[in-house]
Amino acid sequence: MVAITVNGKRHDVDVEPSTPLLWVLRDSLGLTGTKYGCGIAQCGACTVHIDGTATRSCVTPVSTVEGQAIVTIEGLAPGDGLHPVQQAWLEEDVVQCGYCQSGQIMSAADLLSSNQNPSDAEIDAAMSGNICRCGTYGRIKCAIERAAKMLRGEPTQPVQPVEPVGEVAP
Amino acid sequence: MSQTSRNNLDRRGFLKVTGAAASGLVLGFYVPERFGPITVRAAGPFAPNAFLRILPDDTITVLVGKSEMGQGVYTALPMMVAEELDCDWGRVKVESSPAGPEYYDPMMGEQTTGGSTSVMSSWEPLRKAGASARAVLVDAAAQTWGVAPGSLRTEKGRVYHDASGRSASYGELSAKAATLPVPADVVLKDPKDFKIIGTNVKRVEGRDKVTGKAEFSIDVRLPGMLTAVVAHPPVCGGTAKSFDASKAMAVAGVVKVKPISTGVAVIAKDFWTARTGREALEIVWDDGPNGALDSAEMREQYRKLASEPGLVAENEGDAEKGMASAAKTVEAVYEVPYLAHAPMEPLNAVAHVQADRCDIWAGTQYQTMDQRVGAAITGLAPEQIYVHTTLLGGGFGRRANITSDFVADAVEVAKGENVPIKTIWTREEDIQCGYFRPMFVHKLKAGVDAAGMPTAWHQRMVGQSLAQGTFLEPFMMKDGIDMSSVEGAAHMPYAIPNRRVESHNAPRTLSVLWWRSVGHTHTGFVNESFLDEVAHAGGKDPYELRRQLLQNEPRHLAVLELAAEKGEWGKPLAQGRARGIAVRKSFESYVAEVAEVSLEGDGEVRVHRVVCAVDCGITVNPWNVVAQMESAIVYGLTAALYSELTVKKGRVQQSNFHDYPVLRMDRMPKIEVHLVKSSEKPTGVGEPGVPPLAAAVANALFALTGKRVRKLPIKMSEAV
Repeated sequence: MVAITVNGKRHDVDVEPSTPLLWVLRDSLGLTGTKYGCGIAQCGACTVHIDGTATRSCVTPVSTVEGQAIVTIEGLAPGDGLHPVQQAWLEEDVVQCGYCQSGQIMSAADLLSSNQNPSDAEIDAAMSGNICRCGTYGRIKCAIERAAKMLRGEPTQPVQPVEPVGEVAP
Repeated sequence: MSQTSRNNLDRRGFLKVTGAAASGLVLGFYVPERFGPITVRAAGPFAPNAFLRILPDDTITVLVGKSEMGQGVYTALPMMVAEELDCDWGRVKVESSPAGPEYYDPMMGEQTTGGSTSVMSSWEPLRKAGASARAVLVDAAAQTWGVAPGSLRTEKGRVYHDASGRSASYGELSAKAATLPVPADVVLKDPKDFKIIGTNVKRVEGRDKVTGKAEFSIDVRLPGMLTAVVAHPPVCGGTAKSFDASKAMAVAGVVKVKPISTGVAVIAKDFWTARTGREALEIVWDDGPNGALDSAEMREQYRKLASEPGLVAENEGDAEKGMASAAKTVEAVYEVPYLAHAPMEPLNAVAHVQADRCDIWAGTQYQTMDQRVGAAITGLAPEQIYVHTTLLGGGFGRRANITSDFVADAVEVAKGENVPIKTIWTREEDIQCGYFRPMFVHKLKAGVDAAGMPTAWHQRMVGQSLAQGTFLEPFMMKDGIDMSSVEGAAHMPYAIPNRRVESHNAPRTLSVLWWRSVGHTHTGFVNESFLDEVAHAGGKDPYELRRQLLQNEPRHLAVLELAAEKGEWGKPLAQGRARGIAVRKSFESYVAEVAEVSLEGDGEVRVHRVVCAVDCGITVNPWNVVAQMESAIVYGLTAALYSELTVKKGRVQQSNFHDYPVLRMDRMPKIEVHLVKSSEKPTGVGEPGVPPLAAAVANALFALTGKRVRKLPIKMSEAV
């Protein structure tokens, strides 16, 4: 038995102590928002917060996080609400397939918890451990900048609609 | 049974099992639309067709038979229904449809999502589905109020009789509407009256995807479900000769070790236990026919073949004569490697096989094949195979293949087990054990005249056919030539008078598959790079030469000029930077890209900016078109800069994202996408952004260094 606290709730789980936290979250607790992508901490899809720090759960043995506060995408915002990062993600219409986005959002939320005005280089440094095969990196960066503004209490503007230009003569 | 023998079973058996099977699967070229009568399948008070149901509480649900893999069909297709239905977009709910003939793609004759066809092929049928429903609702109101249908109008989900001031919501009219006939012919809106199509709509499943609630098949949880991991052979096409399960069975929580046709499955209470059991398995493999396969040797073999005449895909004018009369000739050999698709969600599916039915939960691009394969494995009829399509964590072509390999694994594992079982491939197996974008070698020669204009073009390519030896042959091959191999190389849009394009189907070794933009993945790079070589050989600006050669191709020309203008072609750049350009029509859409590059001190290629212009006809959801171009550029850039699978002794040498790297945030260029306004029918969007990218980057590198990149992934040390 291993006792862990996830999203503020204590769970006793009957698994081998070496089992990666990822699979305890997904298979034992049914918290499937945290994803399996590579299993070797190369893609970031499994990112959760452990005592507030973005951590790759696929290589974190569950026994090493007993007593620590684990937060997953399901617990990032209270109730049915949205964390500013999630809100910004929606406003920028970031997601495509969406599979990597829980991990992206958890990495971004960690960055912004300690730095509400990150530079371009700081965003790159915080986010380059998270892969997106749909290539949403540009919109992720815009969403992080938007969330940072929201957290600083500054007004944000809606995303500009796209208008086609010109026309080919038939 | 190995991967290969499953292929054989497919050819010999599956078609017989299911009768007519693929009545017209077509990739890369067209058959006329044929969209037969729709049978009512959706349940609800008012379900006029398979795509729509309206409940009395005004819930409007659109059922989508296409798979959502990030390309935006769950938003774009319902927009088309809602437009003609004249309903409030905010009230529309979207559901994944069941699998069945009602949802067959009218262009491909099967239920499959691929070839960038979804919006193109649904454009008429889905608007008609909305328009005919609207007509019935109007009739229902007319009969209820005893007025002429012509005196009514609709707006945002209500029918209005202005003369009397009466109105009713679609929900209120739904019970009456359900009793009325659905007209066969309806008039569609004039595009100038569109209220939803052409607006920027955020994706409908966005909230679920930012809160972790979105369900991919890997997330499906069912009562009593077990999880399996399959040990696949390390050599593609190999088989398990024998195995010792004792150590695997000793792992607490492992339920069963079971041989299946593609390997040995370990079934356990959860993934980690199954994986631990799989690691403990002792298997003696028979490497099969690919045991000595070596990609470096194959490349040499391809190069040799490229020097011999091949099957003629295009013979326009007289290339030999054109070459002889040229003032100058240019020659080159181009090469691209095998690639994995590597979607973020590793392959997986859940299957539950019972006496009279088999349920499959899968993020699949090819439901009809899943049904066919499921039927062949279980002995049930295809209509007894219920495919529940979940969201896909990326597809890129991998989740549509002629053996439905990942679904077949799950069904074989679950057969005879009486409980649902989720079979998950590890990332390593996802990269090493499946289907690959084929390796290609192209040999080219061109002649230019004294004025610098190309007079002749000769191209010969060698690579594995996607269709040869499969049931796809009649749909994709003509006179022995795989149309998907030569697409974009044969019948180029450029006005070059003498052209000869030949193709060799390389020996069949690894299983090969379409990969986001199919043949254009290599011909886009090769042809657009070699045209750049031709321009430089003739002393021409590569953009200006393209313009001159495209004078009779207005849509090519428009995107080329737009990309050049927005990408500031010809304007000065900072020291150490250069631009390259490429243009390509694929999947009926036109895309031009300008890439801006530099080289780091250590020789690393940096792409700083990509400016893209696209003409995809009417843009159903402009935001999403932009997103798809951004996505394709990143996907293309990963292939251009990083991706290569090599094979030694039949074993794929790469296994995960540490040795099969992909583009990350810190190397992300600034991407600017410009859409050409058009009133043409909408065309493909998911793939057409990929083909010009690698060439635009390679051409920029030539402008910067004078060295020509003729091989992907780009290594400047290999440029000549």
